[in-house]
Amino acid sequence: MTVSYLGYILAAYAAAAAVVGGLILRAVLDHRAQVRELAALEARGVRRRFRRPEDEA
Amino acid sequence: MLTVLANPTRFMALSGRVLPWLAMAAAGLLVAGFALVFLTVPDDYQQGATVRIMYVHVPAAWLSLFLYLIMAMAAVGTLVWRHPVADVAQKAAAPIGAAFTFLCLVTGAIWGKPMWGTWWVWDARLTSELVLLLIYLGIMGLWRAFEEPSAAARAVAVMTLVGLVNLPVIKFSVDWWNTLHQPASVFRLDGPTIHSSMLWPLLIVAAGFSLLALALHLSGMRTEILRRRVRALTLQQARRSEVDLGHIRASGAGL
Repeated sequence: MTVSYLGYILAAYAAAAAVVGGLILRAVLDHRAQVRELAALEARGVRRRFRRPEDEA
Repeated sequence: MLTVLANPTRFMALSGRVLPWLAMAAAGLLVAGFALVFLTVPDDYQQGATVRIMYVHVPAAWLSLFLYLIMAMAAVGTLVWRHPVADVAQKAAAPIGAAFTFLCLVTGAIWGKPMWGTWWVWDARLTSELVLLLIYLGIMGLWRAFEEPSAAARAVAVMTLVGLVNLPVIKFSVDWWNTLHQPASVFRLDGPTIHSSMLWPLLIVAAGFSLLALALHLSGMRTEILRRRVRALTLQQARRSEVDLGHIRASGAGL
């Protein structure tokens, strides 16, 4: 690979890393937040009327 | 299979088992694909080293359309069967599709500057892809405009199906109009026009990005199902508090 246009290539891959990294981070943080909130509600005694063992996902 | 997945509880159990494998397969394909891109792919005789930008730009463009198709199929599920898992599939796909559309536009601009001499032209392909981004953003905004998720899902489903008309415009814009953007070079009736030394790494990277997008979509659907459970329990708690308050008031009145 020649070094010509290296700045453009690095910029494109940096944009890709930022977008993909952002999507993964958002997915992980959002999931954790919902799990925490659900656990907090259940700890206060608020539960679904009918639950199966596989609901513990 | 679809009826099994249509049950949110079964979906959570099954997707929880599939997700790690999907993520690992995506990571493996992306590492292998990009290793090929930087170690074996030759410079293009016209584009030089900037051809490597195509290995991000092209999969992002494909996924911008693919995720919209997923949304459109889920929209049919919402409108015809009014199924909550279809609603969830629609909602989870929108931000991922928007992100890949944005990435497609940004990497296209970065490639365009050294090759075309400009970051942007109001070319039919570029403009229709920008319209797709605006549609995605509109859909994400519409989701937030409704308090009741099922009402939001129906409104979004209609908007998604109306926006579907933009997909053939994006795909065939390079054939219908005289555009600066080059015509299709992979999915053609007479076969790809790219040399196999450049094509195979592209297909491997595209497969990796596709599995990553599916993993993100599954994860987004799981999170949305949890969000709806949180909402249902919060409402249940609020109702219970109202009833308790009513009992306290009634007993107070009886004293």
